[in-house]
Amino acid sequence: MTAPDPMREGTPQLCLSVQNITKRFPGVLALDNVSLEIAPGEVHALLGENGAGKSTLLKILSGAETSDAGTITFGGRILPPERPLDRQARGIATIYQEFSLLPELSIAENVFLGREPLQFGFVQWRRMFRETSRILERLGITINPRTPVARLSIAEQQMVEIARALSMRSDLIVMDEPTAALGSREVKRLHAIVNDLRRQNIAVLYITHRLEEVPLLCDRFSVLRDGRLVGTGPIGGTETDDLVRMMVGRDVEFERQGGRAVAGSTVLEARGLRTRLSSRGGSVSLKNVSIEIRSGEVLGIAGLVGAGRTELARTLFGADVLHDGELLVDGKKTRLRSPRDAIRRGIFLVPEDRKQQALFLTQSTCRNLTLPSLKRLLRMWWFVDERAEERLLDEYRGKLNIRMATGRQLISSLSGGNQQKVVLSRLMACRPKVLILDEPTRGVDVGAKAEIHQILVDLARRGVAVVVISSELAEVMAISDRVITMREGCITGELNALEATEETLMSRMAIETIT
Amino acid sequence: MTTEQEHRSVGSWGRGAVAFLERFGILIFLVLLIVFFYSQNNRFLSQRNIFNILTEVSIYGVIAVGMTYVILTAGIDLSVGSVLAFAAMCGAVIAKGASEDRFSSGSNVDTGWAAAMATACMVGLVAGWIHGLATTKLKVPPFVVTLGGMTVWRGATLVLGKGGPISGFDDSYRMWGKGELWGVPVPIVVFAIVAILGHIVLRYTPFGRKVYAVGCNREAARLVGVNTDRVITSVYVIVGLLSGLAGFLLSARLSSAEAVAGEMFELRVIASVVIGGTSLFGGIGGIGGTVVGAILIGVLINGLVIMNVGAYYQQIIIGVIIVLAVAFDTFAKSHRSR
Repeated sequence: MTAPDPMREGTPQLCLSVQNITKRFPGVLALDNVSLEIAPGEVHALLGENGAGKSTLLKILSGAETSDAGTITFGGRILPPERPLDRQARGIATIYQEFSLLPELSIAENVFLGREPLQFGFVQWRRMFRETSRILERLGITINPRTPVARLSIAEQQMVEIARALSMRSDLIVMDEPTAALGSREVKRLHAIVNDLRRQNIAVLYITHRLEEVPLLCDRFSVLRDGRLVGTGPIGGTETDDLVRMMVGRDVEFERQGGRAVAGSTVLEARGLRTRLSSRGGSVSLKNVSIEIRSGEVLGIAGLVGAGRTELARTLFGADVLHDGELLVDGKKTRLRSPRDAIRRGIFLVPEDRKQQALFLTQSTCRNLTLPSLKRLLRMWWFVDERAEERLLDEYRGKLNIRMATGRQLISSLSGGNQQKVVLSRLMACRPKVLILDEPTRGVDVGAKAEIHQILVDLARRGVAVVVISSELAEVMAISDRVITMREGCITGELNALEATEETLMSRMAIETIT
Repeated sequence: MTTEQEHRSVGSWGRGAVAFLERFGILIFLVLLIVFFYSQNNRFLSQRNIFNILTEVSIYGVIAVGMTYVILTAGIDLSVGSVLAFAAMCGAVIAKGASEDRFSSGSNVDTGWAAAMATACMVGLVAGWIHGLATTKLKVPPFVVTLGGMTVWRGATLVLGKGGPISGFDDSYRMWGKGELWGVPVPIVVFAIVAILGHIVLRYTPFGRKVYAVGCNREAARLVGVNTDRVITSVYVIVGLLSGLAGFLLSARLSSAEAVAGEMFELRVIASVVIGGTSLFGGIGGIGGTVVGAILIGVLINGLVIMNVGAYYQQIIIGVIIVLAVAFDTFAKSHRSR
């Protein structure tokens, strides 16, 4: 199977055949009877919106999840459920969007991690470095294999991931949004490598959100929507517009609430924001972003992962360092050095990662809610008035319909939706002028989602400037009065919510604008 | 919701017992230990011995109250023993004036103790402030900062005392270590006041809430507008000040400010806090547990002496019991989360 004759006549034997895979998670049918076929040397695009089931399929292929029904045939054999390592040994390599590299180790150590060539129980370093060099050469890159991965650019790290897949002599390489974090020059190099893999008869399952690269690179495509396969076929003759339609073609889940606002004055304005790549996380920098945030309206910011949405939110909040450009609060030029500065001016942020950035998991629900309002809950000058705390909790518990037994309950024991309502209450109690929400309904069930949407719209009606960042287009369209699309750290469009459709948004988010 | 109700119906008594164990596990352990030592020697619970134990406990207990704040923010302070010695030495120098008469007893001013106490506290406070700034501004981990501080302040003590002790204080000074107030040794009274104040600040003030918040999730605290640097600096200031106070009490008790005072204190102090149930990862714990932890260590040391266990064996036993006590506590806690 390693090197089948590329000149074989007739229909080539399939590399991978997925038949009728179904996977159910509590409350969701993640994959519904999905079938997929990939021939050796074929580059197959797997497309779909966030939550369409792409990642689940990928996990089932890599062995991280097992399917409830259906079969996977690989290299002519039906695969049993097995662990990721066994799948790798069979020749299915997966390159996840978030790399699994160890930054402190060298390239060679990462490539051969767990499979180091041994002799008498000792690592054969020279052989390891030699083989790594050979693979890197094959990829057309000249980096010393002794270089620690931490010193490589994102694109180079991607190459290391590919080198690892090659070192395992894989027949199928699954790539999850490999170009999400790459610049256009690096994308070209990656495409060259994928083409090279094709020539070596290695099959590639290529997951991407960047539709413009699909016709350039891929042979065939499959589109998933809501866990179902809605289209598959050869790329030739298919327009990107058709792909977009297949990806989003469904009813809007939520009732549209936005588009009706009479926007007030501009409370926060950004002009020409630029940031630098920060050392800790973040793969995009803002490039000349200017926006106006007005009181009384919900501004939606749509963009794919890595478009710079979170970076924009954090910059507006003073949590990330601004490199160039200016911020105006109520028309006055202001520098925000820290979140405290922003909060003092009435700007608040609901961060993207609830557990890591918003909740105090070892603390009670009540303490989580009252922390920023303690100044207003004092008695005898210095002491926290616990009764006033409880009153505040009860007020928001009623207003936002937070379901919990008592305020003394640990926040970690609440459901995602209720946790998010506590986070919202906490900021609402501070009477924000501008409220920025990064993925406000991530990990929140459908019922609570609708409730949170209603809360946000109500806030805007009462004069708060609400900014909602979301990867869910349906959500953005449901609550926004105005929508801004972002891509690669730039703003690519601004639409009135009533004009916005998933197609118009998706094309602005995903297709390279010709400049 | 349903699983929670099921849990309750499974056995409210069993659940209650577990909750009780979780909350009071260490206290029960302490009581068992006391019963054991008493059964070995009934002098153990004589009033004199109890005061003896508690006076010993008070010196490092005062620091342990401050250390609770530090550990709640997920920090650590290894320098407390050295800060104690340096602060006490500074206080002694102020109280005794010129170093020529450093071995003579008595002094010409009765208010020497006040100057000494104020100096010791101030010196400790400044030392803690430096540690706090180094961790927050220079971003050096507190473990390293205070590891450095540990040798710096010890060295400074040796320089200041020229390698030796400063001893011989007047009665009003020694009263703070050996005197009694309402029939209770003064250090115990001081410890009680410090512990109660420490508890009130931690439990009932916005600052206390912020200490928990910063220790539990520093990034989240920053994003809701807590001045995390100021909170962290403050906890090192608190533990420094209390180390200074403990230094003053110890010098009063020994009637001598020793260059070697407080050596290995950091271990006893940290053990008190950890035995008391405060998590080294921050965000969980409190002063009540720390007081129990400090007393537990005092009881162990004293009990082993009374049982005539050799000094070498004492160290082994104390180490083992500390680990067992925390294991017992963890065991009790892990049962609830299931």
